[in-house]
Amino acid sequence: MSALGVEIPGYGIVGRAPVTLTLVHAVALLLAVVSLAVVFWHGLDERGVALAFGILIAVGELTRWSGAEERESAPLAAAGALAYALLGENAGHRTDHGVLEIVAVVVAAALIGCVPHVAQGRGPTADHLTRRVLTVAFAAVCFQPLYNQGRLMGWGGPSYALLLVSLLVLTALCDAVLAAAMAHARTRWPFGPLLRDELRATLGIGSAVCATGAVMSLAVAVVGLWALPVFSLPLLLTQLSVRRYAAVRVTYRQTIASLARATEIAGYTPTGHARRVAALSRAVGRELGLSEPDLTVLEYAALMHDIGQLSLVDPVPAGATSVLSADEQRRIALLGGAVVRQTGVDAEVAVVVERQADPYREQPVTARIVRAVNAYEEMAREAGPGGPLTALEKLRLATARDYQPEVVESLARVLLRGTLTLPQAG
Amino acid sequence: MGSIPTWARVYVVCVVLAAAACLAPLPDLHAPWWIVAVLAALYAGCERIPFPHSPRGAAARVAERGAPRGLGTFLPVLLAGAFLLPPSAAALVALPGALLARVEQRPRWLRRVWRAAQLAVAVWAASRVHWALGGRDAVALPHFPYALVPAGAAVLTFCVVLTALDGGILALAERVPVRGAWRGLFSRSLASVAVHGLAGLMMAVLWRSPYGPVAALLVLLPMYVSCWAFAQYHRERAAHQATIRALVQAVDIKDGYTRGHSERVGQASMMIARELGMDDERVEVLRFAGILHDVGKLGVPTRLLRKDGPLTPEERRIIELHPEYGHEMVRGIGFLGEARSAILHHHERIDGSGYPYGLVGRQIPEFARVVAVADAFDAMTSTRSYRRARPVPVALEELERCAGAQFDPGMVRALVRALNRHGWHPAVTAGVYPPSPEFSTSLEQGGPPSPVSGRTEGNPTNKSGFSASTDGCSVAADGPSTGVGRDPDGVDPPASGVVGRGRS
Repeated sequence: MSALGVEIPGYGIVGRAPVTLTLVHAVALLLAVVSLAVVFWHGLDERGVALAFGILIAVGELTRWSGAEERESAPLAAAGALAYALLGENAGHRTDHGVLEIVAVVVAAALIGCVPHVAQGRGPTADHLTRRVLTVAFAAVCFQPLYNQGRLMGWGGPSYALLLVSLLVLTALCDAVLAAAMAHARTRWPFGPLLRDELRATLGIGSAVCATGAVMSLAVAVVGLWALPVFSLPLLLTQLSVRRYAAVRVTYRQTIASLARATEIAGYTPTGHARRVAALSRAVGRELGLSEPDLTVLEYAALMHDIGQLSLVDPVPAGATSVLSADEQRRIALLGGAVVRQTGVDAEVAVVVERQADPYREQPVTARIVRAVNAYEEMAREAGPGGPLTALEKLRLATARDYQPEVVESLARVLLRGTLTLPQAG
Repeated sequence: MGSIPTWARVYVVCVVLAAAACLAPLPDLHAPWWIVAVLAALYAGCERIPFPHSPRGAAARVAERGAPRGLGTFLPVLLAGAFLLPPSAAALVALPGALLARVEQRPRWLRRVWRAAQLAVAVWAASRVHWALGGRDAVALPHFPYALVPAGAAVLTFCVVLTALDGGILALAERVPVRGAWRGLFSRSLASVAVHGLAGLMMAVLWRSPYGPVAALLVLLPMYVSCWAFAQYHRERAAHQATIRALVQAVDIKDGYTRGHSERVGQASMMIARELGMDDERVEVLRFAGILHDVGKLGVPTRLLRKDGPLTPEERRIIELHPEYGHEMVRGIGFLGEARSAILHHHERIDGSGYPYGLVGRQIPEFARVVAVADAFDAMTSTRSYRRARPVPVALEELERCAGAQFDPGMVRALVRALNRHGWHPAVTAGVYPPSPEFSTSLEQGGPPSPVSGRTEGNPTNKSGFSASTDGCSVAADGPSTGVGRDPDGVDPPASGVVGRGRS
């Protein structure tokens, strides 16, 4: 949400690292330091394998894509690390590297690979590295002791492959829980929706990463380390596709935001109004547990909620639609819906814009949010200092018909907390 | 089926016969039939996997250079078949899937048969080459890195055969010049086919390994995610195009121009850019600059834009703010790059008497100089309420007369050359992109035809304000002119005829 990550004036962003987060970081750091120390002391058991996977992970980190809001921005590194953690044989020979060696190599390679990114000031964050270390350690702890003790000797080929897949699924679940917990600790957004979003994201590139991890581990067992470059390329292709998709989404969001700015430039609405309503609506939607696609609809609708005013020949004074008569509001909303329908944006967005002036019981939940937040924004702006409280009070008084009480209370909570955006570190 | 030329049909029949020849040895063949069955089922399944297609998919596809569409999940399956099976059995794998595939363009059965035959021939050839180089043993042992050699040769063969056949059908059915049809196809698809070939090789190796087909199937998952992301990319991209288009139509309607003015300016800007030898990326950005040049008029009161009668100096000053408004609006759109300066400066004049900053000569950004010429050209050659369209030669004469004072002579010359070469066909299509060829190639399968609705009529609406007047050297400057005001109720009619973009 960097595109719209605006701060609401007067409600600064709280920047205190919570205890859970510190704890998780500390565990990861401890694990990394201990493994590096042990490896320095004892040396590597499987030099060739460690070197090959180390290079793969480092290259994966080099191709990291920063500046995106994607869950997994270095899929090759992630897949390589998982494959290494689940590596049994190498070209038919048993390997006997342990968990600590795996963690040490992954940490070292990741650190080397992110040097250029850090030099450019946009490296992976502590959260990324923490997650990488902990998930790899989890996968390795599940697999390596079993394998090294020879418990998997009797397993047939296909069931061994299925075991790897199920271990990876388990690892992906743990990673999602970890990521959601960290985001929850940072932002105090409800845990459930965060976890749902993480799991949904895992289905996309996450599943490709897991499958590649399994394939690499099996392929190395069959053909040796040659498998690594051969199968890195398909995953890079996947990464490219996903990246382009994300890039066009960013562009699209920028275009919608520009369209929204048209009303400001035309003097129909005050500067920044649409963006503030969008950011606040998104926060309230999150608080109410909306899913990511719904949040996108909500955001676009909030950005364009005033676009119907472009059809008016004379601007509404100060763009304050919430003080107009209900009929007039509805007329503007319908005009806006008509405009939005032509913009090719998802039809749901048009519905939200169209219905924004209806009584809340007739509205979809997204429209309820836009309506309440828009009214709050306009009233708070007019009332000057102390405006927010007055505006909230007014909203609360109108919950019988116009604004849904739950939405207003969520809005109050969001405003109280003041964390509207995910900090960049997240 | 009437639209397919006879020669194209003959060509398809020939390819079908060739495919039949490839499949001929099947009855006497001892092949692992269960592998054939599993791979064929897998391929058919991959072909049927629905990706969300946008209604504009086809139009967006053509514009998407360097990225063949729909080189989907299925390619590794076919190539794995080529690496695992004898040639004719490998060719058989392609048949059920291709014959069952979703085809949205008519004639459906001809397309399906064509596709099946083409893939069968290509897979057969690839498998043949792989076999001849001893790839079968290299996969089974496995013998790395040698296995990469036959696999690479097979992939190359596959790509060559496929693009050769595709080029032929494009030339015969679409009347695309043969060399033009060929040139792009091969280079465009090779990299992608090669990556899919690696996945196919890994699939074949794992299939033959103790881990068996289960492990081989895992290879397809990243491919599927890749295709999914690619389809989403196109969908989102088409949505983005539609949004920009709507933005532009809102301007055209608000301004009372003939519909499509902005897009025609985009087209003319693109022609000039090509003539100047700009690279594709800049041409594209410049086209957006042309399309969006007047977007700032959204910020100017409709009353002024449509004012009946002469403008007061105050009103004129407000209208002249539109480049700055436009710049302010698109400031946040990253990909526009240089186009943003073109939007800000498209009313500057070479002699420094333009606005908003009165820049002189080379101070004016290149893109802005291009858009200025394109804007004036289209203003003169389209019909307005107060006058008829001027013929192209007259408009060009006018531009040349004003070159050096109002316009950059280099840009005017480029426009004249481009028009001499290509003519002026201001077709405004439903997509922001040119229409797609009717007969899509196998490498670019999927997606319904672009809804091409010719909207070239010079819809004579009432217009005032920004117009072409010939007093002195002010072509398409803001010579106020008369027009008939409208909209007594003070509301713009919703842009009728704008293509509503449903989601599929």
